Amino acid sequence: MHGTPLDVAHMLAGGMVLVSFMLLYQDRMFALLNVFALHAVVLSASVAWQAHIQNAPHLYVPAAIALVLKGIIIPVALHRVVIRLGIHRTIETVGGIGLTMLLGMGLVALSMVVMLRAAATADPLAREDLAFALSVLLLGLLMMVTRRNAVSQIVGFMSLENGLILAATGARGMPLVVEISVAFSVLVAFIVIGVFLFRIRERFDSVELQALDEFRGERR
Amino acid sequence: MDLILELGAQGVQMILVLVLAPLLLGYTRKVKARLLRRRGPPLLQPYRDLLRLIRKEAVLAENASWLFRSGPYMIFSATWVAAALVPTFATGLYVSWTADLIAITALLGSTRFFLGLVGMDVGTSFGGIGSSREMMFASLAEPAMIMIAFTLALLAGSTQLSYIAQFMLTHSSLRVSLGLALAALVIVALAENARVPVDNPATHLELTMVHEAMVLEYSGRHLAVLEFAAALKLLLYLSLIGCIFVPWGLAPAGSSLASYAVGIATYLGKLAVGGFLLVLLETSIAKMRVFRVPDFLGIALMLGLLGMLLLFVSRSF
Repeated sequence: MHGTPLDVAHMLAGGMVLVSFMLLYQDRMFALLNVFALHAVVLSASVAWQAHIQNAPHLYVPAAIALVLKGIIIPVALHRVVIRLGIHRTIETVGGIGLTMLLGMGLVALSMVVMLRAAATADPLAREDLAFALSVLLLGLLMMVTRRNAVSQIVGFMSLENGLILAATGARGMPLVVEISVAFSVLVAFIVIGVFLFRIRERFDSVELQALDEFRGERR
Repeated sequence: MDLILELGAQGVQMILVLVLAPLLLGYTRKVKARLLRRRGPPLLQPYRDLLRLIRKEAVLAENASWLFRSGPYMIFSATWVAAALVPTFATGLYVSWTADLIAITALLGSTRFFLGLVGMDVGTSFGGIGSSREMMFASLAEPAMIMIAFTLALLAGSTQLSYIAQFMLTHSSLRVSLGLALAALVIVALAENARVPVDNPATHLELTMVHEAMVLEYSGRHLAVLEFAAALKLLLYLSLIGCIFVPWGLAPAGSSLASYAVGIATYLGKLAVGGFLLVLLETSIAKMRVFRVPDFLGIALMLGLLGMLLLFVSRSF
């Protein structure tokens, strides 16, 4: 498979990586949520395109789930959570943005090198898609590590999970059940985390995770 | 006869950029005003401004050196040469072998060097602030530009703009690295032209201005020349983006007059669309704090680096 279909798939997967970097860079709460919605929309477009070129109509289901659930419902819900918690100010990052960006670049380079070597014999479409998916996943992890605020850590977690779906649709023959259950498990996780957010806030008057560390006796 | 035609086409390009630059500026101002539901100055206002400034007396500070007087002309000529080298309506013009992306970057870098010097020459504090900020931005914008040049060179196999445009025309395909290079180039262009997220071209509020601070001490014909150079630079970046990323309509070397006419028409169309998109972006976002700009430009650098990295790993990106 070569030519334009491959190029478009690459563009969309590369767009996911780009939006992941935008997530890393954003340090305002509402802008972060908007970028996260964009992340989900690009994911949905990418999955739909995979469904189109792989002739796998069942893949349209995860695409629709990504669009509705992660593109609309979760950002709107997080928006309301942020307002209710009253934390729509800037969020501080651990270390500067420049350092985080450099780390992100390193992770992308790492996933490229690993994937292109490990799957050297695979179909180029699947291989390069997987490389992009791995970088989205690692960037999501990096975001969870560099943020102190619980809400932005949730966004990091969700973007990580977007990377998982990208990887799952890039590989042929992933059963539909797996994809749908992954999508719904994220919704469950979101609800659980949402409940916990309010519990944490009630207890410590803050959603900064440092407060938890201090409570457990881990002083810096 | 062929030589005369080729020289003629090159001459047309040199005159074209000169004539169009103030018009583009007037167009962006008009569209911006219309988007803000104001009427805006007429399209030809920049020409009138330039004429008025040229007629006026030039006032010099007492301690201005020869550099202060000759700086504007050096800046203008280097910018003009750079703008005339970028393929606007045709590739393969007479001196297109010198139209190298790195050479153009170097020309623009030297104009920035002179602008920084003349900003500091008189010794006023605003000029100094402007120069130091400009240099801070440049230290990130220029590496980003070089990264973009490397990405394109890895892909097309040359840094010569005519060749790159031809390559894009024949091997047109969606590529991730090209998308990254485009995003980086847009950011660099915004910063280099002192447009809104980085600097406000219409401001005279002392603490936020960068480009305006450096030319604050100028008046009369010197100011006219500097403003003309700024307009040329905007045109240069728009035509650069146009010739690399939307090369359709460019007339190939040695083509007929009709295809040159088509080239000019599509070029005007590209400028109109590009100027509109620029203004749309400007009206939809706010200006950044000066100390956030390095982060913004760092993204351009990072995107350029990422694009190059992808191309090194696999040529199919």
